[in-house]
Amino acid sequence: MDRRTILEELKKVLYPYTENKELLQNIDDHTNLVKDLKINSANLVDIIIDAEAKYNIEIDFDSAEKIITVGNCIDAIAEKIK
Amino acid sequence: MKYQYILDHLPYKSSFRFVDEISHLDKDRVVGHYTLKADAFFYEDHFPGNPVTPGAIVTEIMAQIGLVVLGIYLVVGPEEAARAGTASDASSDIASGSGDPVFPLFTSVDISFNKIVLPGQKITVISQKEYFRFGKLKCRVEMLDAAGDRIAKGVFSGIVRNITK
Repeated sequence: MDRRTILEELKKVLYPYTENKELLQNIDDHTNLVKDLKINSANLVDIIIDAEAKYNIEIDFDSAEKIITVGNCIDAIAEKIK
Repeated sequence: MKYQYILDHLPYKSSFRFVDEISHLDKDRVVGHYTLKADAFFYEDHFPGNPVTPGAIVTEIMAQIGLVVLGIYLVVGPEEAARAGTASDASSDIASGSGDPVFPLFTSVDISFNKIVLPGQKITVISQKEYFRFGKLKCRVEMLDAAGDRIAKGVFSGIVRNITK
């Protein structure tokens, strides 16, 4: 699965946690989940859990700690599903 | 008292400590009890001549029993939690394995209220864990009155040990 496909799927995961849904249209690797999308940092845990369920993967503490941008999210997912 | 260690280490004092007793506690579930004090500070003004427990206090009681009690248990582990605590222990902060102090932060709640709570009433809070991961605890929490009728029900989340700062 290429990064572009993961990005499109990731938008669906981020959707319920993003207040301003329009912001999701133009996200890229550099989009900061908390600063740009205004996602509550406590919801990063829910995003990880939702992504795990979607891809049937398990993201460990070390990978989770690195998730700050959309690019980091895609990295964490891509690493597990390859 | 059962789970005295956890009661001693709740990070609240007198007028804002809303846990009297813990009757059940395991890694997935907690049942706790509290009796509203008739002279609690909020009754005088909420409402004058008509004391009713504020919804914010009902929420706080559910969070203290449902999230903080269970959260401390999950962080310190069953052995430490079962220790017979003493008053002198209460002055020291609970330290996790790495030595970081435990600090609870309430992150979200979705709650609905069914009944009011009056001064002197004894309530029971039952909390069922949904998950505890990366320091975040999410639970389904219910408050019942002495007759077993539901007072409130909600989904509560908090951070017990913050990994993301």
